[in-house]
Amino acid sequence: MRLTCTVNGTEQHVDDVWEGESLLYVLRERMGLPGSKNACEQGECGSCTVYLDGLPVCACLVAAGQAEGRQIGTVEGLAGPEALHPVQQAFLDAGAVQCGFCTPGLLVATHDLIARHGRPSDAETREALAGNLCRCTGYEKILDAVRLAADRMAEPAAGGDR
Amino acid sequence: MSTPTRTPTGAPEHLTGPGSGGVGDDAQRPDGVLKVRGEFAYGSDLWMEDMLWGVTLRSPHPYARIRSVDTSAALATPGVSAVLTSDDVPGEKVYGLELADQPVLALDVVRYQGEPVALVAADHPETARLAAARIHVDYDVLEPVTDARTALGHPTWNQVHDSTAEVTELSRESAHLHPEGNLVRHLKVRTGDPAPTADVVVVGEYEVGMQDQAFLGPEAGLAVPAEDGGVELHVATQWLHVDQKQICSALALPPEQVRLTLAGVGGAFGGREDLSMHVHACLLALRTGRPVKMSYNREESFFGHVHRHPATMRYEHGATRDGELVYVKAAIYFDGGAYASSTPAVVGNGGTMGIGPYVVPNVHVDCYGAYTNNPPCGAMRGFGSVQTAFAYESQMDALAAELDMDPVELRCRNAMEEGSATPTGQVIDSPAPVVELLRRLEAMPLPARSGDGEVDLRDMPGGVSNTTHGEGVRRGVGYAVAYKNVAFSEGYDDHSTARVRLEVVGGEPTATVHTAAAEVGQGLVTVEQQIARTELGVERVVVHPKDTSVGSAGSTSASRQTYVTGGAVKAACEKVREQLVARAERLVGRTVPDLRLAGGAVVSDSEDITVPLADLLGDDVLEETLEWRHRPTEAIDPETGQGFAHVQYAFSAHRAVVDVDTELGLVKVVEMACTQDVGKAINPQAVVGQIQGGTAQGLGLAVMEEILIQDGKVRNPSFTDYLIPTILDMPPMRIEVLEYADPHAPYGLRGVGEAPNISSGPAVLAAIRAATGLPLTRVPVRPEHITGT
Ligand code: FES
Ligand code: FES
Repeated sequence: MRLTCTVNGTEQHVDDVWEGESLLYVLRERMGLPGSKNACEQGECGSCTVYLDGLPVCACLVAAGQAEGRQIGTVEGLAGPEALHPVQQAFLDAGAVQCGFCTPGLLVATHDLIARHGRPSDAETREALAGNLCRCTGYEKILDAVRLAADRMAEPAAGGDR
Repeated sequence: MSTPTRTPTGAPEHLTGPGSGGVGDDAQRPDGVLKVRGEFAYGSDLWMEDMLWGVTLRSPHPYARIRSVDTSAALATPGVSAVLTSDDVPGEKVYGLELADQPVLALDVVRYQGEPVALVAADHPETARLAAARIHVDYDVLEPVTDARTALGHPTWNQVHDSTAEVTELSRESAHLHPEGNLVRHLKVRTGDPAPTADVVVVGEYEVGMQDQAFLGPEAGLAVPAEDGGVELHVATQWLHVDQKQICSALALPPEQVRLTLAGVGGAFGGREDLSMHVHACLLALRTGRPVKMSYNREESFFGHVHRHPATMRYEHGATRDGELVYVKAAIYFDGGAYASSTPAVVGNGGTMGIGPYVVPNVHVDCYGAYTNNPPCGAMRGFGSVQTAFAYESQMDALAAELDMDPVELRCRNAMEEGSATPTGQVIDSPAPVVELLRRLEAMPLPARSGDGEVDLRDMPGGVSNTTHGEGVRRGVGYAVAYKNVAFSEGYDDHSTARVRLEVVGGEPTATVHTAAAEVGQGLVTVEQQIARTELGVERVVVHPKDTSVGSAGSTSASRQTYVTGGAVKAACEKVREQLVARAERLVGRTVPDLRLAGGAVVSDSEDITVPLADLLGDDVLEETLEWRHRPTEAIDPETGQGFAHVQYAFSAHRAVVDVDTELGLVKVVEMACTQDVGKAINPQAVVGQIQGGTAQGLGLAVMEEILIQDGKVRNPSFTDYLIPTILDMPPMRIEVLEYADPHAPYGLRGVGEAPNISSGPAVLAAIRAATGLPLTRVPVRPEHITGT
């Protein structure tokens, strides 16, 4: 089948997609966007988290055909060509990236969390990121990164005080 | 043939880190930007235009004879390029880390469920899977042996008060899974009085379930056939050169024709020390003449790598009335599963360090590794020490209770210190701050109890499932301390190779560090840069992609890379520095005793000398390559276990605070605190990250993680049923890092990664026992162990 959708603002057409393929497979193997990760392909780890029409979903659970005509946002679309997004920068500064396999999914999930909550409480962060497994960090530095990103993103408006 | 379009670790210039950050700094990872952009190429991301997909057909049976394999229907499937069986393995048909006993593809017998039987390459992964399902294998199913003691013909334990001495010698009556019998290794430690007596005796039997490394990046790689008849393999792994050696043997090719490059590694934790898809992808690539990618899905990953050995252990501790340990007897059984993997070394650790960081005059330990028809077990973070720590720390708590003594006090009274002898007769010749680690934990404030005031369900066991508002919830606090050898032991020639080049690039002195040491997420690439910056006084350090065009760095395991490869990089930098200093002295025409490298120049503090490296080098390139070794260890005596077995020990301690819903058996870990001596924190942020991650894996084993095996079959090969800690399961952590230099190690550093993985689980178990008053001798603790239902 033929698939047409918009990924990170660019319209994409892909031919010969087999019906059983997931959106994750199409992104990674047919569109050259392997940033979204394939840690489980069972909907259990969140490493494949992408935006589908603005909502974070596990791309491994979305059949490719379901993406027809829709807007998809992946980790590759978070930063501009030069500067990193503050969420990406905060993950680096906080030391929240070890192997980094969980990172793309966590970045998209955190991006969404901060968009919805501004400065989430730790409890809110834990709830929001409960579907994103990380095997390396024990999550402490991921929490640090979320706080750091939220603070930095709030700063221009809030004048830096908390 | 061309190289992959996405090079595995990015072009060298991408690995240039920020322009500061020497030894002791929180330098940022050179691969960090690629990772947050989604551009870091992991093994499963590799891709080439004309590549095929390889898949593995695995045995559904834990033990069976293969009568025949019919591949014709698979081969006839449109899109399929090759179907291979063991007949197609040109070289040695078996491989292994320590003993070559594992078939590349099954020969006449399969010994575990999931054993690879055949391979398929096709133009789409689904086509390959479909074709694999069409391979007809005729099995004669045999009765599996699924218990280590049964495999060895040892009596099973059923009464706690039997003496450990009752373990009989091998009867060799059970099925011989391997021609030499089912014993992989039996390690004995004997010291002091063989028949000691004591005022107070505590006996316990303990069991540890099979844990999975559960790294998130699946086993994956891309094999590319080369014009010289060889193959280039880009693969996520832990030790390129040991892979290369085994691949060469299976392919019957010389090392020059089997070139490996490290692909991005999504975590390892020991699970990538053995081969997985390596030889398989090479076989398919060589047969088809096309690049072949293999990438396991999560279910296959559970069958595709070795696990942590499950253990059954029986301990007897004798002490004086005032709490001095008189003796420890222990029998430790590791279930090695179907093939040896690193079982001999795991037995080595389990046996030599099996009584914990305590001074005990009389020790009698028997540690066994056995073949069974369970999944093969091998390396996992903590390597033989995780299992025994559950047992010996539980024993210390039981003994404290028997003596009516504070558990921390009992531990401190018997703790090792510098100058103490281990049960293997090795004198600890660097700091061993066991007492301080424990006392510092004790001094930390305890977390407030939730429930004083409004109840937040999220703080309760069971969380928002709304299973309790605090009724039936009891709090417990537990302590544990552990130690672990760093680097390879027992006389192994443990070394690493580093090549350091210095040249002027764009007017700036630039160092390039080239080692084959696998970066698996821990941050070794950062450490390599930090060391070069400090030793050469330059800012710009490029980490060369990791490959086999430089000598072996040894394994990324045993907490050894910062020590051994760090030591090699340091030594290579020193040789480059010698050349620079000699050049500077030639330039100034005399010897200057305090010349050093800083700020991109050779400088002297006593004299006004600053020679920029750019001037000193001009167009010259200085390069040094050397092999570096830590001081040698020695084999232990086979009858007594005595000997200088381990080059260094790492020490850590944990305090766990838990809330337990005693009615439902649900556990909420409220806080973890850890103290660890790291000798010298080369990168403090990364050190803390290792402690946090290790703590999480230990907690996971204590309360949730287990590969469930029934009759040799894995019942939960998915993240749906094999649970690892989520961000909701992990509590806040308090961490104190101590830096007592080890005079024998580069910068005084101590390996970091494993120790916190060892002490955390036993602390959680102790805390649950404290909360419930139950003996709890098995991990992971399940709700039914607490409720008794
Ligand atoms: S890969 Fe999609 S949830 Fe794990
Ligand atoms: S950093 Fe490795 S899984 Fe999160």
